[in-house]
Amino acid sequence: MALDKPYKDIPGTIIFDAEQSRKGYWLNQFCMSLMQAANRERFKADERAYLDEWPLSEEQKQAVIARDLNWCMRTGGNIYFLAKIGATDGASFQQMAGSMTGMSEEEYRDMMLRGGRSPEGNRYLGEDGDAQPERQPQGRAGKGAK
Amino acid sequence: MARITASVYTSHVPAIGAALDQGKADEPYWQNVFAGYDYSKQWMEENTPDVIFLVYNDHATAFSLDLIPTFAIGTGVHYPVADEGWGPRPVPDVEGHPELAAHIAQSVIQDDFDLTIVNKLVVDHGLTVPLSLMFGQPGQWPCKVIPFAVNVVQYPVPSGRRCFELGKAIRKAVERFDEDLKVQIWGTGGMSHQLQGARAGLINREWDNDFLDRLIADPAALSAMPHIDYVREAGSEGIELVMWLIARGAMADVAGGPAPTVKHRFYHVPASNTAVGHLILENN
Repeated sequence: MALDKPYKDIPGTIIFDAEQSRKGYWLNQFCMSLMQAANRERFKADERAYLDEWPLSEEQKQAVIARDLNWCMRTGGNIYFLAKIGATDGASFQQMAGSMTGMSEEEYRDMMLRGGRSPEGNRYLGEDGDAQPERQPQGRAGKGAK
Repeated sequence: MARITASVYTSHVPAIGAALDQGKADEPYWQNVFAGYDYSKQWMEENTPDVIFLVYNDHATAFSLDLIPTFAIGTGVHYPVADEGWGPRPVPDVEGHPELAAHIAQSVIQDDFDLTIVNKLVVDHGLTVPLSLMFGQPGQWPCKVIPFAVNVVQYPVPSGRRCFELGKAIRKAVERFDEDLKVQIWGTGGMSHQLQGARAGLINREWDNDFLDRLIADPAALSAMPHIDYVREAGSEGIELVMWLIARGAMADVAGGPAPTVKHRFYHVPASNTAVGHLILENN
């Protein structure tokens, strides 16, 4: 009998469960390696060469090089691990989280200053909130990119 | 006999640590956050315990995917501050209380909670930011700390009910320690936030404040809330709030004693991506 995973119907959310963890094992372990200053330097000097030392899938490497955290997460990355890439780049946690919404840094920061994203319409897939898949990417920055 | 004198609850946002370390605490954005801790610092000075039992989560720092303990108790003497990717925070290392920690481990494991015993541990912002919020920036922390790390990163994470029950077992263990020690138990992390995906930035002010009300008045009922409610209502990282139930379960009223006194309550949005919640409860 299948295990109960009630979190699959939340929009814009990938829960890091054992299945995701297995998929992302090496991607996340690569991220952990960036906690050492020497590794950060080697990664910054030649990202591709450093990534090639790890048994990541080609897609995972592309997702890291693109700094596309949504893509990284779809391939098994977890935000606490992926944060090490942002730290290496000198990005704040807010910049990292904001980068996953399609909004510009300013738009995301302003949303947070207005009290954050409303849960209304964002609890279940199929509602009409701004985190629903059909509303992506968000913000003026996102609309410009379409 | 050792006793739990108070419990402290606070978010542990990494940007708070960065703001302090980079001298940004006086900027209006951060002033609004730190103002909520002015009373707390004064209270801490007057109520410095001998030991803090500090419940937090490791953020892929000491524990990688190689090892994912659900509950890990630090029984070491000394805990260095971790380099989380931007160099270690310039704050003092943390001194442990190995005797009390080992005693709690022995008691709590015999009460059927499977703790992982950790003697070598680096501590991340989850542990150091609460210390900074409550003590400011001293040259050394004024008391000993027992780190207690809870897995809230990889699902499944422990239920609220289990955390609440664990708190009860911790209180029992502390009270069986022969030395006369004042112990505080801190539950850290949480209030609504989501750090990932198209739903990043979710904040549910109403839900957070209801959580604080229920944590104070009826924690047993609150502990029955399923994980999915935390995630749906307070964001994927809002699940960190289950850790507050460990601290709450260790308070005297849960074991039939008098209700605690609410010494301080604070709520603010935003700090970086999250809502900040903070509570001080004193045992009577």
